Amino acid sequence: MLVIKDLYAKVEGKDILKGINLTVNAGEVHAIMGPNGSGKSTLANVLAGHSNFEVTHGSVTFNGKDIFEMSPDVRAKEGLFLSFQYPVEIPGVSMVNFLKTAVNEHRKYRNEKELSAGDFLKLMREKKAMVQIDSQLTNRSVNEGFSGGEKKKNEIFQMAMLEPKLAILDETDSGLDIDALRIVSNGVNMLKSKDNATILVTHYQRLLDYIVPDFVHVLYEGRIVKSAGKELALELEAKGYDWIKKELGE
Amino acid sequence: MSVLFVTGINSSYFEIIMEDQNKLLNEVTQRDYRFGFVSDIETDTIVKGLNEEVIRIISAKKDEPEFMLEFRLKAYRRWLTMKMPEWAQLKVPEIDYQDIIFYAAPTQQAKYESLNEVDPELLRTFEKLGIPLEEQKMLSGVAVDAVIDSVSVKTTFKETLAERGIIFCSFSEAVKHHPDLIQKYLGMAVPINDNYFAALNSAVFSDGSFVYIPKGTRCPMELSTYFRINAQNTGQFERTLIIADDDSYVSYLEGCTAPMRDENQLHAAVVEIIALNRAEVKYSTVQNWYPGDKNGKGGIFNFVTKRGICMGIASKIFWNQVETGSAITWKYPSCVLMGDNSVAEFNSVALTNNYQQADTGTKMIHIGKNTKSTIVSKGISAGHSSNSYRGLVRVAAKAENARNYSQCDSLLLGDSCGAHTFPYIEVGNSSSIIEHEATTSKIGEDQIFYCNQRGISTEDAIGMIVNGYAREVINKLPMEFAVEAQKLLQISLEGSVG
Repeated sequence: MLVIKDLYAKVEGKDILKGINLTVNAGEVHAIMGPNGSGKSTLANVLAGHSNFEVTHGSVTFNGKDIFEMSPDVRAKEGLFLSFQYPVEIPGVSMVNFLKTAVNEHRKYRNEKELSAGDFLKLMREKKAMVQIDSQLTNRSVNEGFSGGEKKKNEIFQMAMLEPKLAILDETDSGLDIDALRIVSNGVNMLKSKDNATILVTHYQRLLDYIVPDFVHVLYEGRIVKSAGKELALELEAKGYDWIKKELGE
Repeated sequence: MSVLFVTGINSSYFEIIMEDQNKLLNEVTQRDYRFGFVSDIETDTIVKGLNEEVIRIISAKKDEPEFMLEFRLKAYRRWLTMKMPEWAQLKVPEIDYQDIIFYAAPTQQAKYESLNEVDPELLRTFEKLGIPLEEQKMLSGVAVDAVIDSVSVKTTFKETLAERGIIFCSFSEAVKHHPDLIQKYLGMAVPINDNYFAALNSAVFSDGSFVYIPKGTRCPMELSTYFRINAQNTGQFERTLIIADDDSYVSYLEGCTAPMRDENQLHAAVVEIIALNRAEVKYSTVQNWYPGDKNGKGGIFNFVTKRGICMGIASKIFWNQVETGSAITWKYPSCVLMGDNSVAEFNSVALTNNYQQADTGTKMIHIGKNTKSTIVSKGISAGHSSNSYRGLVRVAAKAENARNYSQCDSLLLGDSCGAHTFPYIEVGNSSSIIEHEATTSKIGEDQIFYCNQRGISTEDAIGMIVNGYAREVINKLPMEFAVEAQKLLQISLEGSVG
């Protein structure tokens, strides 16, 4: 589904990603862990197409298509979803309006008929129940005045509405209390299928208790330095990242 | 403005907004000014230039009573002694008043029994605008007094209104049939010597609309007039007078489109509103005159004087406007709160792009006790444009417990535009409470990226963000106007972010 080959990227002139290689197949859950500043969020943003990040080398294909040939909105419509670490507020734009536009843009892209207002509301009710989002939130402006936890739940709700092929969750667990973490994780687990894939970007093993990954990768100084199964996360939790640094001979 | 009214009024509000949002998104690809066409209607014009003789000709052509001619001449003589105001944050090219035709009327001035009698070219113009009159009648339930150039061509729904004693007609007709009302109220809110452009308008105005709502009457429909500048090189001087008698209510809609052309066109309208005891007048404008091309060539010069007087106890006047057009906008819809407990509001969205300049705002003059005014101004600047808010809040010595709340927000797109705020506050009574809040923000790249990531294109994202920013004001507009306004904001910003 996603094939990253020797990817280099910089932000504000500084090299952050230095040769990432990663392949994600349908049905898989990958966790990307690593210390602060290792490039985890950069990788997420580069894949989604944020203009602050400049790709200097390498290739990324998504469903066989060159991702760098696609504008960010086209990548989204191709099925790439980023759950933001810091979702922005858009004052005055109602969640309903925002999501209806987004859903119908996706449908148009797939040559499907746009949803009527009634059908859209029905879909929204179903997905709200699924991810247990407070029904009041969708009556408000996009993320405006939402608590940290509400913002993250709202991201998962949007993911449920858009049904992406590949979901990248950028530190979705940060700032969540234990109940919110459970709700968010349940949402992600429910949306998982053999046809889609998930990349979890996280600092902590905690999230992986709830969303069990098939692969864990350690990102360090812009490269994936270690990949293994879910047991790697536990090892990291026990030994800390210093263990990896030592292993690398630093 | 364009006049594409949504026709399915009986569907739920939500559905219309949603459906229309999508239509809106589809239409974004249109690049050129949509209503830039000149219709070829026979026009009866007089020679260029301005002098007393011209004013006498205008008055004679309109078959006006003596008091009107006197009003015009007095205004003209006053105008000659006045200078063009230069305090606004505007660069205005010199205007040669001797190069302007001050009167133009479509040649068919007869009253039509049916649309078949109307010049087909004129009907086609309406079609291009999306408002064939018959369709308007049937579908929208909005009475339309359509003005092409300066003379009313057709008035609809008059009968329904007449049953309730409501007068809604062209200004010329009002002068003929209701001279007493005209004589009593004309120039009351905007005296002839009020300002340079008001004096000019008072001297040469060609036509406009007149509304009278009798005591205790609620006008059953939104009243609406479309102004359209049509004949080449013709200054447009509209005059509107709205009188709401005791305990009455009316909502009035004004919207404009203009054909594309190169020469600058002067427009100096005057709108006067008189609200008597407990009367409520809501005046909504969506203005989309030709703003000039991307390089600042052409476009309308819009120097408008709009003022309402809350004459009675607990009168209410609301100005709601969405301004996206004109090369230059000089406009301050204002209220004089004379009666005790009267209420006034000014809600405005002014958008400038390319080389447009706008200096717009309001004046709230508190004279009566317990008077209350609210100002919400949302400026949006893009391209190389300049967008200024200029507002005055004055509390007279006797205005016990007057209250004003002002909120002035500016939104900037890009680095080449300017936004300015000039609030003036004069308080003569210590029991009054005045609040002023102002913000300036830039449209965030992160907001756009967030929308992108959900599958929304950059252009649509900007439209959405700007509409969200302006929503507070747009929500004050009557529903069909709100839909129109959303579209306009989006279309007006096309290509403004690279």
